[in-house]
Amino acid sequence: MPKVKVDGVELEVPAGATVLQACELAGKEIPRFCYHERLSIAGNCRMCLVEVKPGPPKPQASCALPAAEGQEIRTDSEMVKKAREGVMEFLLINHPLDCPICDQGGECDLQDQSVAYGRGGSRYDENKRAVTSKNMGPLIKTTMTRCIHCTRCVRFSEEIAGVDEIGAIYRGENMQITTYLEKAATHEMSANVIDLCPVGALTSRPYAFEARPWELKKTLGIDVSDATGANIRIDSRGREVLRVLPRINDDVNEEWISDKARYQVDGLTKRRLDKPFLRKDGKLVPVSWQEAFSAIATLNPGNSIAAVAGDMVDCETMFAAKKLLGALGSSLLEGRQTGMDYDCSSLAAVNFNSGFNGIETADAILIVGSQVRTEAPLVNVRLRKAVKRGAKVFLVGPAWETTFGGEFLGEDLSVLNQLPQHVWDALSGAKRPAVIVGGAGLGRGGLEASLSIAGQLKLVRELEDGSTWNGFNVLHLSAARMGGLMLGYAQKGGIADLAAAAPKVVLALGADEVDFTKFANSMVVYIGHHGDKGAHAADVVLPAAAYTEKNGTYVNTEGRVQLSDKAVFAPGDAREDWTILRAMADAFGVSVGFDSFEELRAAMAAEVPALGVEGLADYGQDLPAGGGSASGVIAYPIKDFYLTNPIARASAVMQQCSAELLHGEEIAEAAE
Amino acid sequence: MADRYIEPDTPELRARWGNFAWTPENADKAKDVLSRYPEGRQRSAVMPLLDLAQRQVGAEENTQGWLPIPVMEYVAAYLDMPIIRVVEVATFYTMYNIAPIGRFHVQVCGTTPCMLRGSDDIISACKKRGMKAGHITADGLWSFTEVECMGNCASAPMVQINDDNYEDLNVENFDKVLDALARGETPKAGTQDPNRHTVEPTGGPTTLTAMVSENHDYRGEW
Repeated sequence: MPKVKVDGVELEVPAGATVLQACELAGKEIPRFCYHERLSIAGNCRMCLVEVKPGPPKPQASCALPAAEGQEIRTDSEMVKKAREGVMEFLLINHPLDCPICDQGGECDLQDQSVAYGRGGSRYDENKRAVTSKNMGPLIKTTMTRCIHCTRCVRFSEEIAGVDEIGAIYRGENMQITTYLEKAATHEMSANVIDLCPVGALTSRPYAFEARPWELKKTLGIDVSDATGANIRIDSRGREVLRVLPRINDDVNEEWISDKARYQVDGLTKRRLDKPFLRKDGKLVPVSWQEAFSAIATLNPGNSIAAVAGDMVDCETMFAAKKLLGALGSSLLEGRQTGMDYDCSSLAAVNFNSGFNGIETADAILIVGSQVRTEAPLVNVRLRKAVKRGAKVFLVGPAWETTFGGEFLGEDLSVLNQLPQHVWDALSGAKRPAVIVGGAGLGRGGLEASLSIAGQLKLVRELEDGSTWNGFNVLHLSAARMGGLMLGYAQKGGIADLAAAAPKVVLALGADEVDFTKFANSMVVYIGHHGDKGAHAADVVLPAAAYTEKNGTYVNTEGRVQLSDKAVFAPGDAREDWTILRAMADAFGVSVGFDSFEELRAAMAAEVPALGVEGLADYGQDLPAGGGSASGVIAYPIKDFYLTNPIARASAVMQQCSAELLHGEEIAEAAE
Repeated sequence: MADRYIEPDTPELRARWGNFAWTPENADKAKDVLSRYPEGRQRSAVMPLLDLAQRQVGAEENTQGWLPIPVMEYVAAYLDMPIIRVVEVATFYTMYNIAPIGRFHVQVCGTTPCMLRGSDDIISACKKRGMKAGHITADGLWSFTEVECMGNCASAPMVQINDDNYEDLNVENFDKVLDALARGETPKAGTQDPNRHTVEPTGGPTTLTAMVSENHDYRGEW
């Protein structure tokens, strides 16, 4: 632990810290462009210059200089100020003065720092460098003249994303950032380079010229496009969500989000259900809420009612529906829309027990039936980190392009019954072994066989430091899954049990992946926000709120309970889901026991206490023994990463991504 | 600095170079190059292999050689590394030609010592033969680049033509060199001054004269 002096104040810094980090610990702000906490150190922008003694009598780049015992660092001397002003002047030589037409304006590192270190005017009389803008696909808009060559985007794609697709070609002042032959960036996390870019060189294409940052209302939300529960900031203006940005949460998403989480939001204004519909003579006809509820009141289902929860609903909605069904005397609840029927009697057996932070430290990982890159891009980033630390990864399932290497053991689940010797040796020799069972690995005995492996490998163990390691992980695909399982949205036989019960009424809570032909004799009441498959099959459509339009509790695949806030109002006549269910209780003439959202939340916390506390829910560490044999060829559930949910399917941006990036269609670009 | 741009990736380029592969001779050389690097660090061989590929292209085309996009892709695949990393290297170093080039690549040094010793005349001699930057003469013989210091200031002015340096030039002996090259001969590399062997001082030494005949110790005289 070296002791250093920063501007005369002595402090102790952690071993291995850089001078820049030491200055930050001392509360000094160091301007920087190329340095980023989560990327490797490049040291090429030179903005973070400080004066360090002992050392050469000139300013030094603090980001790349290790803090050493007895250093005297000055961040406020005349020399430092002059040096930084010099660097800023050089950076601005070739940077266009186009802030008024630049989308980065207002949230631009260069703009902010030039206020502190920039000269009042330019001394540069020559022509500025001009660089042709590069195509980087439908999500990233480039204006490469603005690039200051910090190479954050290059380092992100190489180190975090694991796809070498962005590079710096040519040299010196001719250096240009580009993708190879200007092909579109295709990684699922590619748009994070927009946040990383300290200037306006890489900006968001769908958000181009939409708004200035200071016009936007910022709301803290949770992403529902996959089960990782990424923390997001919802930026809205008026009634429209304009963009979604990641929030920093080191336990969940660090500071990244997937492209789908970021760009599906334009789907929130398209194909929306904004008034109730009733099916009359085979056609859905718009009606008023009054008509809709009077029609529902005539259904009189008694206890012959079932509820199916969709992939993106919040816990409050599911709880309200559960209460409604309970009041009617039914417990036919199911959330696994596609018909999965794995055993949910122990929630620890269907949870990502090691946590996202934990999986980074695993040293041998067996992945069963998960195409992690598309199912949970943020977990993929963690796996890549684990492999960089030396973890060995084995995968069961059809081969896909991993970003972390790994060995594929075959497409058939039966390999779990008798793992190859070298795999077994690697897993049993590991200190922190882990198994990840994905959506495709849960069925056909996969979960039980994996649990049996977990038992034999003793995945739940005491580590040397006394902490408990639980390496058994299930990676779900839908944001509502863990919350649904905690609320009892699981029948023994899955959704087939519901179909077998042939209920008079089926409540579809944003459920769009259900095979409704199995409920041909039931009245389907769809409560959701998009006119997608569920609404098409429904007899009554009640317009509800999407995830940005209601307060909600979500539980991610690690069992982390997180709260999301309401950013905007739902369009038209649409109402928040719980109010619809509450009104439905009146229509059926039963009481659900809550009249306000607060009462609903309190009732939910009383019934499932874990849902009332933010943070990891405790499911215990006892895994069922499992056993039995698994067999069958794995087929991954996600065929099209960009179109997995009704919001994304309605989004023009996601449709364009799917067409151009996955199906190789010609780039449809308007003449600019 | 000269503007360099990658030759665009066209169907014609793909058709011409799409099935580029090492000749048996170069395949052995490539293996030899690879073996110089420790296990797991094979990507470090990208620079010698790009040079080898450039020379092979040159041998096929009877030019100095250059690196079409499909050839860079071949090297990337050979080293199992991302293509963008190969392109980064090839575009950074000016010894890799990234656009078609003539039989002889005349690189005239125009930095101060050479300029003072008459590199402007050398450049105009080049221009007289139709050479200009980023252009191959109609007969396919000449490509021209003005470069910065090549480290031959003691025998300025100098040009580098393909792998050889020609020094102590004036318009006459430079023309002779170019004529000889055009005829297919190999002129003597190095200094073109008949009175000079390498870069020894012309007209005899003027400093350290006592060192010429014996190992004189100057330290006492400082």
